[in-house]
Amino acid sequence: MNPADLNLAPAAAEIFVLAMACAILVIDLFLNEARRHVSYVLTILTLVAAALWALHGGPEPRRAFNGMFVDDPMARVLKAFVCFTVAAMLVYARAYVRAREMFRGEFFVLSLFATLGMMVMVSASHFLTLYLGLELLSLSLYSMVAVQRDSGPAIEAAMKYFVLGALASGMLLYGFSMIYGATGSLQIAEVAARIAGGHVSSTLLVFGLVFVVAGLAFKLGAVPFHMWVPDVYQGAPTAVTLLIGSAPKLAAFAFVLRVLAAALGAPALLTQWQQMLILLAVLSMGIGNVSAIAQTSIKRMLAYSTISHMGFMLLGILSGSLNGYGSAMFYVVVYVLTAAGAFAMVMVLSRRGFEADDLDDLKGLNQRDPWLAFLLLLLMFSLAGIPPTVGFYAKLAVLQAVIGAGFVWLAVVAVAFALIGAFYYLRVVKLMYFDDPQDATPLPATGDVRALLSVNALLVLALGLLPGGLMDLCQRAIQGSL
Amino acid sequence: MLLGFPLLSLAIWVPIVAGVVVIATGSDRSASAARWLALAGSVLGFLVTLPLYAQFDPQAHGMQFQEVVPWVPRFNIYYRLGIDGVSLLLILLNAFTTVLVVIAGWRVIQSRVSQYMAAFLLMSGLMNGVFSALDGALFYVFFEGTLIPMFIVIGVWGGPNRVYAAIKFFLYTLLGSLLTLVAFIYLYNVADGSFSLLDWYKLKIGMTAQVLIFIAFMLAFAVKVPMWPVHTWLPDAHVEAPTGGSVVLAAIMLKLGGYGFIRLSLPVVPDASHALAGFVIALSLIAVIYIGLVALVQTDMKKLIAYSSISHMGFVTMGLFLFNPLGLQGAVLQMVSHGFVSGALFLCVGVLYDRMHSRLITDYGGVVNTMPVFASFFMLFAMANSGLPGTSGFVGELLVTLGAMSVNFWYAALVATSLVFGAAYTLWMYKRVVFGAVANGHVAALQDIGAREALFLVLLAIAVLGMGVWPQPMSAVLNNSIQDLLGYAAQSKL
Repeated sequence: MNPADLNLAPAAAEIFVLAMACAILVIDLFLNEARRHVSYVLTILTLVAAALWALHGGPEPRRAFNGMFVDDPMARVLKAFVCFTVAAMLVYARAYVRAREMFRGEFFVLSLFATLGMMVMVSASHFLTLYLGLELLSLSLYSMVAVQRDSGPAIEAAMKYFVLGALASGMLLYGFSMIYGATGSLQIAEVAARIAGGHVSSTLLVFGLVFVVAGLAFKLGAVPFHMWVPDVYQGAPTAVTLLIGSAPKLAAFAFVLRVLAAALGAPALLTQWQQMLILLAVLSMGIGNVSAIAQTSIKRMLAYSTISHMGFMLLGILSGSLNGYGSAMFYVVVYVLTAAGAFAMVMVLSRRGFEADDLDDLKGLNQRDPWLAFLLLLLMFSLAGIPPTVGFYAKLAVLQAVIGAGFVWLAVVAVAFALIGAFYYLRVVKLMYFDDPQDATPLPATGDVRALLSVNALLVLALGLLPGGLMDLCQRAIQGSL
Repeated sequence: MLLGFPLLSLAIWVPIVAGVVVIATGSDRSASAARWLALAGSVLGFLVTLPLYAQFDPQAHGMQFQEVVPWVPRFNIYYRLGIDGVSLLLILLNAFTTVLVVIAGWRVIQSRVSQYMAAFLLMSGLMNGVFSALDGALFYVFFEGTLIPMFIVIGVWGGPNRVYAAIKFFLYTLLGSLLTLVAFIYLYNVADGSFSLLDWYKLKIGMTAQVLIFIAFMLAFAVKVPMWPVHTWLPDAHVEAPTGGSVVLAAIMLKLGGYGFIRLSLPVVPDASHALAGFVIALSLIAVIYIGLVALVQTDMKKLIAYSSISHMGFVTMGLFLFNPLGLQGAVLQMVSHGFVSGALFLCVGVLYDRMHSRLITDYGGVVNTMPVFASFFMLFAMANSGLPGTSGFVGELLVTLGAMSVNFWYAALVATSLVFGAAYTLWMYKRVVFGAVANGHVAALQDIGAREALFLVLLAIAVLGMGVWPQPMSAVLNNSIQDLLGYAAQSKL
């Protein structure tokens, strides 16, 4: 092994996050309760700096760690989004976690480690690096779900998450081992090259592919591997739900793309995983949307909504073209932006000693706080895919890719489920605007939360009016990386 | 023509910006500011559409006032606007109606005034957008965008069953438009990545694809029109909506369906349109006759007018699929006339409802004794709804019937029954509400209309009579547009 090949520069942002996480862990020991906000501010600064650092770089992919790690345009864009999302989560969550005595060093450090895991996943060009990033992310999330030690539902959720997550990781590893057996390599580019070169046992490869897809579906929360999603979303403290429901989807997207499109994208294999993804996508959109209707808990409803959106995102990937991957990336970025705002609103509705978990807690929000109600209206219409919000363009892009790939029937199925989905988003609007409030307590949203939420929701509207820039960004990132 | 001056953009964005300004006035403490700003915005919105008529060249063919700006380069989507005579009339109608709606809601709406007024201004701008979009994606954005404010209007200010009606309205219309979206994307791919409607007019498309696209379009537009049997959302939405909502719904939003047929179905898939014309005409005749009979037995005035709307829109869809100049011209004029007449009737019911808080015919009787001025206006609009010569209602119905006659005698005979049913249900309702002895103490205590109510009724009366007596200014701008349309519809694309 040649030490010069280590070339740490491309991983500088990751190394920075790691160093800061360790530093904050130590600094926090010397802070008393009144000065805890120092860790908070440091964490946010770290994330913002890492985001800017990650964005910095030329158009050419740069490799590090003997080719196990790659810093390409897609990785840069996704890393920046991941860091910004986690930073936004921390801002949204400040009052919430403070009221629940979770405003501690662990919370910040675990957030940073989760971020680090996502950054590694996004930049991985080797199956083991992917796995390493995934486990770092997952282990951080498991403990964050359980960080409220005295909450029964949180512990139960953490347990479920851990057991099922470990199962999924096992499947992934098993699938990777099969692929290694067939191709003799774990390097993504190498695997792709050996498959393209022929002389690879296709039975073994497809066998491995099945396990890999199952593992990925678990991590994405696609039906029929979705059982953990509603329970974990509901049981976890809302701040952690926000984290689980947002940034990791970006990392999971990169994971799916690196494994399926980059490593196993050979035409013969593509048709194989295309079939699997069609099934996963249709089931996710169907069961996700239909089950969401029956929910009375906001968090569970959003969980099923996530499942259906992951199904929609898979449509873009299964189109199997650069156009489709770009659309899927746009979709997932838009989804994360919108979902983060929606979960933040759930936290705003909660206060000390009161968890807003029931849909009825949204009743009459327009009378309690018209501005916040308007922002949530924008977010809901974006999730439903109604113009002029950006959710419409996300759906348009993905549907265009699917129809371009010749699956018109799949597009019809997708819009049918989108129609069903529109019902429960409308119900939220109905509760906010048409019903009278049950609870007249003023909402405890502080200035920073209010401002960030406004930026978040108005961004959904502004990108809906001018979606071109973000679309181009995603498309260029995909073209520069695959 | 003022070269390069974006008149169409003004027609779209003036109401929208005004809506945003109005909503910024916030709570009901500044309600009167919201009202005056909304009035100013709607009047300004109407004024900016007038130069469109003045500068429209009736001799020219094709789209006028075109504006093209790149919008989403990745999908080749352009902010592409342009209008022909059909769009022009509908834009004028829309801007005019918005002014009326603002005046009509002046006193009646007392809660969340700024949101109410803003919703109508936003809707007005978005609908102007639909009428002037020449890019499929832009058309879709405007088309869907109108759903959000209407949903809120019905749900917040509507009657007791408003939530059901609002959700039904939204999902019903979304159902159709989502399939249209799939059809749009399909056309985009076939057209090698172009969303331009004018490019789609030239596409060669096979028959199977044409039929499927036609069905997708039909689902969206038939729901909007609404045609039998997908009309069931309309009576609910109308009954539960506040007066302003009913007016905009009947006068403008239903026209989006007819306009969609004109702008998309006929020119983009002409062969399928011809092949399925019989089917559409059959549905239209069912709407005209069966729904006319349904209207006859209604006990609720708003419901009666809602069913009457469906029946009258049957004329429109029938006229469109006759493929002759008379039928098409009649259909467009009927759309405009129906905008005036149904709007006026809903406003009349609103006037009564504001006083009595009842829409049931049986609660009234002898209104003429206490509200003579109102009764004479109501009479005029009831007559126009029955298609009396000299009112706007006559022009369109006559032309469509003549057009039908030249295609098939039985079409004409059947569609003309509407003149009988229309007169029956409208005048019978009028008789029971207005004439006779004073029915009860509430009617005896009624006050006749004030200046504000007189204002919008007079404006509408002028429009109804003017169009009935002298439709020439309207039909003049239509002639060439209709020729163009028939040209596209006659050209096989197989």
